[in-house]
This record gives sequence, structure tokens and C-alpha cells, in this order.
Amino acid sequence: MLCLGIEGTAHTVGVGIVDEQGSVLSNIIKMYRPATGGIHPREAANHHAAHIASVIKKALTQSGKKMTDIDLVGFSIGPGLGPCLRTAATAARALALSLHVPLMGVNHCIAHLEIGKVITKASDVVLVYVSGGNTQIIAFSNGKYRVFGETLDIGIGNCLDKFGRMLGLPFPSGPVIEKMAKTGEKYIHLPYSVKGMDVAFSGILTAAKNLIEKEKPEDLCYSLQETCFAMLTEVTERAMAHTEKKEVLLGGGVACNKRLQEMITLMARARNAHFFCPPPDLLVDNGAMIAWTALLMHQGGCQMGIKDTEVRQNFRVDEVEVMWKDVITARS
Amino acid sequence: MLLRQGAEAEIHLISWMEKKVIQKRRITKTYRLTEIDDRLRKSRTKKEAQLMMDARRSGISVPIIYDVDIHQYQIIMEYVDGPRVKDVLDDMTADEQKSLCCTIGTEIAKLHRYGLIHGDITTSNLMLSHDRVYFIDFGLGDKCCEDEVRGVDLHLLMEAFRATHPTPQCFEWVMQGYRKTFGDASMIEKKIEDIGKRGRYTRGNIGQ
Repeated sequence: MLCLGIEGTAHTVGVGIVDEQGSVLSNIIKMYRPATGGIHPREAANHHAAHIASVIKKALTQSGKKMTDIDLVGFSIGPGLGPCLRTAATAARALALSLHVPLMGVNHCIAHLEIGKVITKASDVVLVYVSGGNTQIIAFSNGKYRVFGETLDIGIGNCLDKFGRMLGLPFPSGPVIEKMAKTGEKYIHLPYSVKGMDVAFSGILTAAKNLIEKEKPEDLCYSLQETCFAMLTEVTERAMAHTEKKEVLLGGGVACNKRLQEMITLMARARNAHFFCPPPDLLVDNGAMIAWTALLMHQGGCQMGIKDTEVRQNFRVDEVEVMWKDVITARS
Repeated sequence: MLLRQGAEAEIHLISWMEKKVIQKRRITKTYRLTEIDDRLRKSRTKKEAQLMMDARRSGISVPIIYDVDIHQYQIIMEYVDGPRVKDVLDDMTADEQKSLCCTIGTEIAKLHRYGLIHGDITTSNLMLSHDRVYFIDFGLGDKCCEDEVRGVDLHLLMEAFRATHPTPQCFEWVMQGYRKTFGDASMIEKKIEDIGKRGRYTRGNIGQ
């Protein structure tokens, strides 16, 4: 069985094709980069609409399959930016209807978790999901995926991007900040904001902003990363202690950051836990993760008619009935 | 003997002055910078000891503190013999659950009335012993009388219930006990609702 997945929750439109073994046959992404400022939802949606057809074609070519080989179409139904979600959903509906195959709307956050699990062969994980818009610690408990900790204000990636903009860096700023932080030497005291298993970044961002005139940008990048990532690692460890899980998995674009990977690895090692991290092309938003999760849902007996595929901007992970748990158990 | 490795501390059961006691030692975290690590471990050890003593003075059940050593990042405290609420709640009858949750609410209200914030109220940090609910782990606590902070304190527990326990009424029972003891808690309840809406992807807010 082959599934084609379409991702389009924010700045990236992506198409991936996977088979039922969890092998990624192709995974093509195209990212919208604003000339100035952050993501403009409508412009991002226009970008996706302009490129979706060619991204689908490229994904098919790369997989060596024909359009008629596709048995199922998955798409990111939420959470995300409304205009972007609707664009991806429209493409997915058109594709599924014309191919006469079932259609499956996938929770984007759960897709990060499921692709990470199948690629790294992890089983019962605490997911650290860190991207521009999202910062959540997710784990399976009590029949559902649940959020154990999350940001109380802005996402970690958003915090880094905003700080980058203040320094005049282009979007996305995370990778540049990571590079600059490597040459930072002095730790500048910034507020450390952990509330139970939750974190907050907006106060730190303001504090860092107020120091831009006084301190070297490299030192500020270094201190910002060290502070924010230490907070994230701490709440991840809290979630692991609370859920008594022994595996930690990274997901989301910010998880490409080597320093964050290092910190989570050190934390896991000290707890005798296992650390898992998929390759960068599956960490960032991508279509393969949507395809794989749609395939799991389909095998678990989940069905959606066209009327069930309205996008859900505020779709939380704990709203999803995990009907495919047996499918995963049977595989392992 | 290592009883438990928490997220930030090791909990040892040791013999001290011929007594069975708990040694809570905040261990160094190699993942974070020494500057951050040292500052957090010292301030949390100090704050935890202060808050526990204040709580005890206010008649709230917490382990008795015997000794504090800031330089070793450790607190020696009473060994409370009993299960965590997390481990027993789900096996109780509905009546027992309701009664326990009401008591938890009453105790949180007492804390708040005395100007104390626990900062990490989860069912792992509540223990049952001698028919009383004990609060442990004040490392993220604070002294504060703001409705906002009290709301955050309770919101945390609400989330902990939702994520860990199948009985949906637990938090409402907690709030019944809370209201009874706290008095007018309407502002705080409003805050709990607001805090929930601030999160991403909640039913009450549209868009991001």
C-alpha cells in the first residue's frame, strides 16, 4: 500500500510518499521565505498553491511510482495557519477524488511523533516537539497522545526568529543564531522561566532585546540558546520523570539545532534513557510524516468522508482517538 | 538507598541521627551551563526549605525539615510513609476520589490563603499518610498573593489530571474543596479559564 501525504500547515508545502513498512520513497519540500518580517499567512498560502502541483510531480518522480499507484492520500488537517491548511486540504481532496482513493486528515503534531518513531525504531517516547509555532512535550498516556508541557506564550522557534529579526537576520533565524552562538563566550544572565512542566519565552525575549545595544550579538545568541534550551531540557526531563518513560524523541525544525540535541542527549544519558532523533529532512515539516500517519490511521480503521476534512486550526493532539495503536503493536 | 530519581533531585532514604530520613539532593545537570546550574540548584534548595517551613507553620502537611545545606544543594527532611496520590487515585471508588480531591482542594486553598504557591502541583507531588494529604517538592514554589499566580498553580493541576487520570470530574471536586476554604475564588477561576485560552490550539481561541 502506498500513501501520498501533503503537508501545508505553515511556511512549508511538502509531499512525501511512503509504503506500509514505513519506508520513505520520496519527500520533497518547498519553503516560503518572506522578503521581510515573519510569515504572512495569505502569502504563504499563495506560495503553496503556486508550487503544490510541481512538488507532487517531483515526489512521484523521485519515488519512481505512477500517480495510479497511490492507494491513499493524507494531508495536514491542523493545527496551523488557516489559509495554508485550506490550500493543502484542497489539493488533497482534488487528488483523492480524481484517483478514487480514500482521504485522511492528519494531526500535524502527531505526524512528527509517528514518523520519528518509525524511522528511529523507538516505541514509547516522550516527544520534544519544537518548531516556529509549536513547543510541546507530548507522550502517550491513558489512550491518547497528550501534551505534558508546552509554551505558555510563543513557540521557541518564534522566539529565536523574533530575536533574529531584532538583530537584522533573515527568516528563519534559528540556524544563523546557532552559528553565532558558537562564537559566543560570555554568558549573560537572562530570566529562566519554567512553570511546572510548562515554559514561557516572551519575557526572555524582551530581556534579550533590551541588551542588544549593550552586549555582543554572539554572546546574546549564546546566552539565549543556553537559557531557552536548558528550560526545554528541564521540562522534558520532568515529563519523563512524571510519565516514567525511558525514551525521548526530537521533532520539529528547531530540533535540527545541534546544541539542543546535545543537551537532550546528556539529559537522557544521565537518566539511563534512550535518545532518538530522525534526520533533518524528517525533523522539519514534511509530507512523508503526514503520509505515514495517514497510513497508520487507515490501517487502524479510521475513515473520513469529504465532509470530515474541514481544516482545524486549533487541533490539539488529545482530540485524536488513537485507533492505530494495535497496528503499531502488531508491527513490532 | 535511592528511593526515586526525580527530574532535578535524587531522593535518598538514609539514616541520620538514628532516624530514617529523606535526603533530597539537587544533582548537577551536565546539560546546562555551570552558571545556570549552580544558580538554579542553590536558589531552589533555599526557596524550597523556606516555603516548606512557612507551609508547616501555617498548618499544612509537609515533611518536617531537619537540616539544610545550601553548598551541598541538599535538604534533610522527615520520611513520610505513604503512597503518592498518582499511584492510588485511579483505583479508588468515585466517593473516595471525590473526598480525596476535595481535601486536596482544601489544602491548596490553605496554601494560597497563606500567600504560598507550590508551583508544581501534580498528583506525583501529593502524598497520602495518616489520613492527610502531604505536599512535597516545593522547588518551583514562590510567595505570592496574586490571583494570576494562584490560577497558574491550579491550572497546572488541572492539566496534570487531564493527562494522567481517566476520571474527568477530579479537578471540579478539587475546586469544590478549594472554594469552601478559600472563600470567594471567582477571580481565580476566571484566571484558570483565561490561562487555558492563552495556550495554543485551545477550543476557546481562534487562530494562532
